[in-house]
This record gives sequence, C-alpha cells and structure tokens, in this order.
Amino acid sequence: MSILGTRVMRVEDPKFLTTGGVYVDDLRDPRLDGAGHVTYVRSVMAHARVTVDGSAAAALDGVLAVVTRADLADLAPPPVPLGFIPPALGRPWLADGVVRYVGEPIAAIVTESRYAGEDVAELVSVDYEPLTAVVDPRVSATDETLLFPDHGSNTALAFEAGSLDGLFDGCDVVVTQQITNQRVAPVPLEVRGTACVWEGDGDDARLTLWASTQSPHGARDQIATALSLDPDRVHFIAPDVGGGFGAKFGVSVEDLLLAVLSRRLGRPMRWTETRTENMLGMGHGRAQLQTVTIGGSRDGRITAYSLDVLQDSGAYPHFGAVLPFMTQLMATGTYDIERIAVRTKSVVTNTAPVVAYRGAGRPEATAAIERAVDMFAAEIGLDPVEVRRRNLFAKEAFPLTTQVGAAYDSGDYAGALDKVVAAAKYDELRAEQQRRRDSGDTKLLGIGVSSYVEITAGPEAGTEFARINVKPDGSVVVYTGTSPHGQGHATSFAMLAADELGVPIERITVVHGDTDLVARGGGTGGSRSLQLGGAAVHQGALETVDRARELAGDLFEAAAGDVVLDKARGGFHVAGSPDDVRGWAEVAASADAEHGLIVDTDFTAQGATFPFGAHVAVVEVDAETGKVTLLSMTTVDDAGPVINPVVVEGQRHGGIAQGVAQALFEEVRYDEDGNPQSTNLADYAFPSAAELPDFTLVDMATPSPLNPLGVKGIGEAGTIGATPAVQNAVVDAVAHLGVRHVEMPTTAERVWRAIQDAREGAK
Amino acid sequence: MTRITLTVDGAKYIDDVEPRMLLVHFLRERLGKTGTVVGCDTSNCGACTVHLDGRSVKSCNVLAVQSDGHEVTTIEGLASNGELHPMQAAFHECHALQCGYCTPGMIMQAIDLLQDNPSPSEEEIRSGLEGNLCRCTGYHNIVRAVQTAAGQPAGGAAATLEESAS
Repeated sequence: MSILGTRVMRVEDPKFLTTGGVYVDDLRDPRLDGAGHVTYVRSVMAHARVTVDGSAAAALDGVLAVVTRADLADLAPPPVPLGFIPPALGRPWLADGVVRYVGEPIAAIVTESRYAGEDVAELVSVDYEPLTAVVDPRVSATDETLLFPDHGSNTALAFEAGSLDGLFDGCDVVVTQQITNQRVAPVPLEVRGTACVWEGDGDDARLTLWASTQSPHGARDQIATALSLDPDRVHFIAPDVGGGFGAKFGVSVEDLLLAVLSRRLGRPMRWTETRTENMLGMGHGRAQLQTVTIGGSRDGRITAYSLDVLQDSGAYPHFGAVLPFMTQLMATGTYDIERIAVRTKSVVTNTAPVVAYRGAGRPEATAAIERAVDMFAAEIGLDPVEVRRRNLFAKEAFPLTTQVGAAYDSGDYAGALDKVVAAAKYDELRAEQQRRRDSGDTKLLGIGVSSYVEITAGPEAGTEFARINVKPDGSVVVYTGTSPHGQGHATSFAMLAADELGVPIERITVVHGDTDLVARGGGTGGSRSLQLGGAAVHQGALETVDRARELAGDLFEAAAGDVVLDKARGGFHVAGSPDDVRGWAEVAASADAEHGLIVDTDFTAQGATFPFGAHVAVVEVDAETGKVTLLSMTTVDDAGPVINPVVVEGQRHGGIAQGVAQALFEEVRYDEDGNPQSTNLADYAFPSAAELPDFTLVDMATPSPLNPLGVKGIGEAGTIGATPAVQNAVVDAVAHLGVRHVEMPTTAERVWRAIQDAREGAK
Repeated sequence: MTRITLTVDGAKYIDDVEPRMLLVHFLRERLGKTGTVVGCDTSNCGACTVHLDGRSVKSCNVLAVQSDGHEVTTIEGLASNGELHPMQAAFHECHALQCGYCTPGMIMQAIDLLQDNPSPSEEEIRSGLEGNLCRCTGYHNIVRAVQTAAGQPAGGAAATLEESAS
C-alpha cells in the first residue's frame, strides 16, 4: 500500500521539541568566533535630506567601525531586486544624502558586543532637513512631490488588461465601491538575521553566509551580483528559518552589507535585527487601493467587471510593485464574466517597501471580486451563494483561459461551494440569523462566503532540482532545491521517495538550504514546493529505480528489462525468480562503493497550477459596540491529491488564521508625516489563540494535469479564501441596518461607525 | 558585574553578569542554551518563555540577576533520558509546530497552564496561551496538543494518534 496520502507525523520535529531549532542567531560555528556585531542606524524621518557624522561614535572603545554611504562610494549600487524594476528606483547601500522611509539604514556600526552596538547607535549624529513626506499613494500618483527626481515620476510600474469601452453597456445593475486592501506586516516569529565569514585571500576568497531566507540559491546569486563575485565564491546557507511568509524571499540590503563589512574589516560579522527594526524595515504586504465596478442582470448574471488598483510600493520598489500583475491575472476569480478590464499602477511612497506576503497579489484579487459579488447580490436582493452559483466557471469548461489571460488547469468551483455550504449548515445559519434579527437580539449573526481560485508555482512554468543518492548501506539522501521553513518537506519528500524506492522513510533524509550541498534550486515561496520540488523528487526516484534495474541486471547477468523492484522487500529480482533478491545496498554499492548510486534530475512543470476552494465564515457582531467575534471558519481548499494530510491541514490552518487576521485585526499604519504607528507587537494586532476559533476543514481533491503527482500548492490558499469570507460575514451581519461595506480591518470602531452612518443615512 | 548563582536545567552555574543583562541573553550567550529564543522587544510574543522555580516567565522580561538563587528550566531541560515530556510528545502527535520558533516558549507556557488547571476547557486553553504568539499554525493544533497532554479526547488529533501508532 502506498504511503502517499497517509498521516505521517513530521520527522523533523524532535530537534525543535527538545533543543530548539538552530536559527541564524543560534549558530555557534567556530568560524564565527570573534565576530563583529553590526547595528544599523535607521532614519527616524520619512523623507529628508540627511548629513551623518559618526566620528564621536567611532572613537569609543569597543567600536570597530562606523560606516556611512561615503565609505562605500567605490561600490556600485546594489542591483534592483527584480529585473523589470526601473534602476532609477533602486536603493543605495546606505542612505545617500536622502532618506525615503522611517527605518531606512543610514549607517552601520560594528562593535565587539551586541549591547555596545545599541549604546553606540545613539551617538551617531544625523542631521535631518525635512522634505515633504508622500504617504498616501493617491498623492504620490499626482507626482507633485517626486521621491526620485531622476525617474521623473512616482510610478514604478503599470499593467492593464481588457478594454473599458462600453464595459457596462446593457447592464441592468452596476455597483461600484472603493476598497482598501490594507497594508499588513508579515511578522515571522524569527526576525531577520545574518552571519558571515570570508576565508582565503584575494581571488580565492570565499564567502560563507548564513541568513534567514526562503531561497538560498537565489540569495546567493543576488549576493554574487551585488559584490561582483562568481557565484561559486559564495556559499549560502539557510539554517532553520523561523517563518518567512514571502517576506524572506531573497536577501535584503542589510544582508548584503554584512558581507561587505566583513570583507573590509577582515572579521566574521553577525547581525540580528530587533522586532522594531523588523516592523520598520523587512517590508510589508498588500497595500492596495482598489475600485471595483460590477454589472449584470437582475436575475443574477454578472456580465462585466472592472478593477482599478493603485499599489503602494513603499519607498524602494520590491515585489510589492509587481503584485498588481498577479492581482490582474486573478481578477476574474472563479467567475465566467464576459467583459472584464483591469488597470493597475504601482507608485512609490515614503513608507517601508512592500514585499511579497503570503498570497502576494492573489488575496487582493480575491478580496476585490468577492466583495464585488456580495455587493452585487445585495443590490439585486439575491442570496450571495445563489449569485455565485449562477456565475461560476462550469466544471466541464476546464482547462480554460480567462478573459485576463490566466490558463486555469482544473477545477470544480461549484462542487467546492456546495461542499462548504453543506458542511457549514448554511441554511440553518441563515435561519438563526433571521431569528436573531426578528427578536431584536443585539448579538447579530453574519455569514460570509468566498469562492476563490489562485495561482501557484507561477506565473511561468517552473522547474526544480532533486538528487537521489542511495548510499552503499541502502539508506537514501534526497537533496532538494526547495528550502522549507516549517512546511515539512523532510517528511513529505521522504514519503515521495519511499513510495517509489520501497525504502522506509526512517532510512531517508532530506537535505536542503545549502548551496554547496544542493546544486541548484528555486527555494520555497509562491506555493511552488510540492508541485515542483516534490515532483522532482518523484521523478528522480523513478529514474533511480530505472538506473538500479540496469545495475541489478549486471549483478544478475540479466537484461534490465527483466529486473523488477520488489518495494515490499526493498530489493530487486529477476521476473519470475523472486527468491534471489539483491537489496538496495548491494545495488547502490555496485554503482560506486564509496558514494553509492547518485541520480540528479530537474523537473519542469507544464505550467502554473490553480488551486481553488470556498470558505464560509460566521461572525457575531455586537450591534451596540460594533465588536466582531469570529465564531467559525469552514473551508474547502482543493490543491489536488494530498501527499501528507497532517502537513496540508497545518498549512491550511496557518493560512486561514492569517487571512482572518487581515480581515479582523491587522493593519500597518503611518501618520500623515510618514511616522509608523505600529512598530512592535504591542501596537500591531497580531492575533493570539484567544482571538481565533477552531477551523473546520472539508476535503476535496481535483488533480492538476500539469504534473505527474497531480498536485497544486496549498501554502497560501487559506490566506486567500479566508479574508473575503470574514469581511463579507461582518458586512452581512449588519447589512439589514443599511450597511453595504466595511473596510478592513473590521474593528469595533469601524463597524460601529458603519452602523451609525447607515442609521444617519436612513433618516 | 554582579555574581549570580543559579540552577539551569538541573546544573548549577556561577557567573558574573552585567546588571542589565536579560535572563534570555544570559541563557543564550553565556550558557549556550539557544533553544530559548527572542521574538520581540516588548514581552508580547512569549518565544522566550522558561520556568523560574517551576512557573512560566518571559525571560526577556527578567534580568539575569533576578534569577540569582533560583532554578530555571528551559525547553532543553524537559526531556529526560531521551523520553519526551508529555507536552513535547503531544506537540509532535498533533503537528502543533511548523517553523518551530515559538515552540519552546509555547510548550513551557502550556505546561504551566496545565499545572494551574489540569482539565482546561478549549476556551481556557486559548486564553491561557494568549501571551504566546505563533504565526504558522493558526493555533488549531496547539490547542489540540494541550488537550491531548491533558488526557482529553481532542477530535482529529485522536485519529492522528491511532494511525501514527499503527
């Protein structure tokens, strides 16, 4: 019987449970002995000309160096994080006469001890000459104050699809709404941290750098480019990583600088940021201002939809500037809408850069269309589930290409919706809601529905590397180019190898996160890992069996085609002669007595995959205070066949919680001068266990035709489906009072004001 | 410098520390007990939770000198002779950890919670863990783990236990 699809508890757990993981700050590698500690002096103003004087600080005992931009004048600026970002919008190594957000590094201090670094940072003198801070992206878009005069505009990128001409002609009903998809913070529990050491001299010098990243190979290449090194001169290691959520894809300028400082001072270096630095500087997610317009007939058929996105990219464009492309690609969601148009623009502001955050562009698309569909349903007085049913892409329509050019691989959207509605007992909920309304109960019930589809391992068809090494003792080492940090690849990938090789998972180890040990890789992000990395392991295992049959054939003096693998016994025999079995150990040793059998492979997918699902959220809203309590979340998240339900459920739980958190609690706020108002976990409403309910998960598995496992990505699904379901539930709770929309996060104050405004409007 | 004498995970230590040194930094930098980690600057996240004389404290909120004469237990002192503490075992059985960063603190807090209340309701578990943040699990399986460690039937986790034991 196959191990795939069974509940296998994680093999990576014991260390984390007993001694804790080994994160960057935990490293006690002797090569890091005597490391200097780096502390960054960060801007306290959003937009200003700055003059820095570090001489007083540099003169103190225990200070190894105080470095400013002037000290790095010989270096070319770091490359922009993504190729199509205009170079004029690139960031400097350290502030180059102008700061553009609170938290931007101005100087680097190197001290013998970490405590000394914080003391000394206070003594670096920075003179600020304030410039007009541009915080609101709508103001930025006017170009009245340019953040980068050389670029001539505050617009970083723009995308569009579809025609606006006559878009809503013939519609009985047209509804429009401005929606803020607010800025949120990724908040991995482990902040950013880096350690590095140079070994060897001159052209032979080689950098070993440990950093908390999701993509060691990509990060290595970024460092090599920034430092004009051959990639072979950089050994990049991602040790245990305490959460990333998209924000740790690649490296940041602070990581790059550490390598520069280490080289110049001839010392190993360490840097671990504080939580406040993390909230200021790692980057934020979402941050879109949207305008949705939806039109159709009174019988519930949606025929036209437009989405306008103004993306706040923050000060130096990063992934955030590109997110609208993904939002555009997923704009139509699960709905077969005849006419659709999307306009997007990414602008810079004097705020922290916007980066990838779990879902990265797709939650924004889903939130927009799901709010729009609900508003359309409210306008025509039809149940939101019924309106969805009348507009979903039919199961028979797949594969299909949407009006905005997304090639959906497989799906059964109505099936997912029906399942979740049944599991949540939707009709009973509606009856209870009505009962409460009729009785004048101040605890109002709200029921919110979302139907979603997203894109994983895209937008282009991806590729990933795997090596299968069967050792001469019959144990197996799997090398993968993915870089798990909680996603359980050591277990799931071992299961995939075990299933094809007939070697028990106890004898399989998975190696990742080290560019010297793993030849190449794309890391873990965009829910790519199983469908690319897992498929590569699967493919590698199949190729290993093929190679082993040839080797066994030599041992048996038989043709490879006559040799069969008996998985139950973990060995090979000639067909029809099951008594003479040669085990994996013997066969692997016959390939190479020292190293065993090694097979390298690269899997290339036929395309991105499109997981989908439907969520039902139930909230209770106190009509007198506006306070929202989430009572339940029921979800269908279909990412194809499940390799390990334990891991997949965990991914769904975590994603749902983050999606809920955006709808109800979290928001990164800046005041009008660009001063951040949420710089630590006391100010930022990161939910605890007390704010969340249990989640009810409903299974559904529709295979993708685009990889041999039929799998899609599950890492971000929960985040994408949950946010609009919860927001819709909050609006639904108070809809009978005349409320048609409540912005996120749906705090008590916002809900209370919405109720008051509706009452005022009704007078 | 101030001299302190304390017991950590069963071993006695004598050291001279700066009065401002936090207990969590003492554990990590002086004793190499890196299983206890720092997650915030404001005592909100609980990643650094240890036991001081058997009760949970956030070790970023305690000075090393305050532990003078006391007994500290960290995640590294829980298992004995290779045998997991029931709470550690329950976290494994219920898949209550992903990236693992909050896990040591979460386990130390969960043990203290059951000391206070051996049969907590789900709501009591959730409020008892309020000071410990996790970004990966959505807390669902952490609650299951505490229920399991408390000997309560915990729905899906019970099925998980049966299958993983077979």
